[in-house]
Amino acid sequence: MADRDTSIRPIARTVTQRLRLARVWRWLIHVGMLAIVAGVSYIILLPLLTKVSASWMTEGDLYDAAVRWIPRSPTVENYQTVWRLMNYPRALVNSLGLALCASALQVAACTLTAYGLARFNFRGKGLLFTLVIFTLMVPPQVLMTPLYLNFRYFNMLGILRKPINLVNTPYPLLFMSLTGTGLRNGLFIYILRQFFRGLPTELEEAAYVDGAGLFRTFYAIMLRQVTPALVVTFLFAFVWQWNESFYTSLLMPQLELMPNALLSIAARYAESQKLASATVGPATVTPLMLSILDGAGMVLYVVPLLVLFALMQRHFVESVERTGLVG
Amino acid sequence: MRPTNRLRLSLQQKRDIGGYVFVLPFTIGFVLFFLYPFIQSIMFSLSEVKLVQGGFELVYKGLDNYSYVFLKHGTFVRDLVETVLATLKSVPLILVFSFFAACLLNQKFRGRGVARAIFFLPVIMSAGAVLQLEQVNYMMELAMAQAAGGTAGVGEILVPFMQSLRLPKFFIDYILYAIAEVAGVIRASGIQILIFLAGLQSVPASLYEAADVEGATGWERFWMITFPLVSPLILTNMVYTVIDSFTGSTNTVLTLVRTTILTGAGFGASAAMAWVYFATIGAMLAVMMAIVSKRVFYQR
Repeated sequence: MADRDTSIRPIARTVTQRLRLARVWRWLIHVGMLAIVAGVSYIILLPLLTKVSASWMTEGDLYDAAVRWIPRSPTVENYQTVWRLMNYPRALVNSLGLALCASALQVAACTLTAYGLARFNFRGKGLLFTLVIFTLMVPPQVLMTPLYLNFRYFNMLGILRKPINLVNTPYPLLFMSLTGTGLRNGLFIYILRQFFRGLPTELEEAAYVDGAGLFRTFYAIMLRQVTPALVVTFLFAFVWQWNESFYTSLLMPQLELMPNALLSIAARYAESQKLASATVGPATVTPLMLSILDGAGMVLYVVPLLVLFALMQRHFVESVERTGLVG
Repeated sequence: MRPTNRLRLSLQQKRDIGGYVFVLPFTIGFVLFFLYPFIQSIMFSLSEVKLVQGGFELVYKGLDNYSYVFLKHGTFVRDLVETVLATLKSVPLILVFSFFAACLLNQKFRGRGVARAIFFLPVIMSAGAVLQLEQVNYMMELAMAQAAGGTAGVGEILVPFMQSLRLPKFFIDYILYAIAEVAGVIRASGIQILIFLAGLQSVPASLYEAADVEGATGWERFWMITFPLVSPLILTNMVYTVIDSFTGSTNTVLTLVRTTILTGAGFGASAAMAWVYFATIGAMLAVMMAIVSKRVFYQR
């Protein structure tokens, strides 16, 4: 008996020691984790911070080695210049309108397709779904040339006698959105289909029993159930549409849209300088000045997206599991 | 008798027709804006495309465009190989990092919501036009060089250590590459992190509880429960990453495809390039999927 008494104590001591050690260990892991998160966040935010800080500087500030983040003589001149060069208000309104229309149409078309693929058993369903996935794998560049030429000489597959030029109009984009073949629409169809598949069949059956037709059931019952997924796909469609520069530069190069405006800052600036130099004297465009302007332009470009993101952050980040993308 | 007969017959048919109506918009779009250009693109790659009054016409040239692209074009083959190699190198890094980041963001700590938002930011910000511009932006290069300067120091410390461990040279090189590419990898991982995070959250808590009762360590819990259950998503993410890097707007081959139209070689050569490129991606994806899908664990 006495033996056991003495043997318990050291064990108890080591247990408390171990617990303490475990606590220290856990604390260390926690600190390490926070350090890593902070480091990664820094790398992600660095480009944005650099641009924001430089966009308030004069060119002289950038050459000054003592100036790092905070400009010595803050100026809004860069923003004024870029605002003018980008024709910002015009580009903003155009881009907003186009992106809103296109993403609304895309979500509508993708929802219909996804519902058809998820809840019906018609012949050729499997094939159609395979094709949806296939559209995702083909880089748009494969389709680029024919698409461009078809829209340049648009004749509705030979119906129109005289082809019309749809390049530099928003119609090609709107057509493609309306039919769910826009940018990454296959992904939206996939997400929404997963979501529809997860709904119980009783919902539809109850609606049918109550006398609702197929379409009434769809928009009055089923659509309500997938609102979160609709929000997510809409947000993604909007962001991707906003950033999209490939189709924009291919099919709408002359329209006043944000990507076009952003990418043409350098050329427009050089031109304005050339005009100025004709009257005032020779002026040179330095790469540093250009990158300040580009930086200011990029800030103006992402601000609407950041506002949207700040408002809808929860929907972006926390809803992927609910959209049924996984599993 | 007739009405009931009609009703009974048409119930399934009605549903089928309904289904067709729902997928009709996409089907039309698929034929007009995907299948038709897709086939045209094959034809373009086998022809010379001539712009004529009010349209264009094709002159069949066989495999001329392909032989031009492979044999005569100065940079295409080199660019293609470089793109494929770069993708092969970066995909494992992106997968490992995004898995790691997802595990981090799945832990409980203060400011987790903010951290998740920040990790997701690149999806919104470094895409399309912004990314295109950053490639040529002088100031961005400076800033990135500064950031890389810090990490290069880490590399220098690590090299003697790794050499003393007698690690193979390609491995050391790869680690150095990883350190140099840290920023790019992090910025290409947004969606992948999200997908892994969703996967981690869908692992049933009961499994962890059972493991705790059995006295499993954190290490064992990770390798026996978390990793196998999330592993199917490795395949998903791999496919996503490969497609993402191959269709990205700053890709050199794709830029070449676009600029070739403007140079003398014309539409046919551009289409041929696009097809060679597409075939390469397809082959690569098929091989990768064949390798990975066998090692992935499926619950059902």
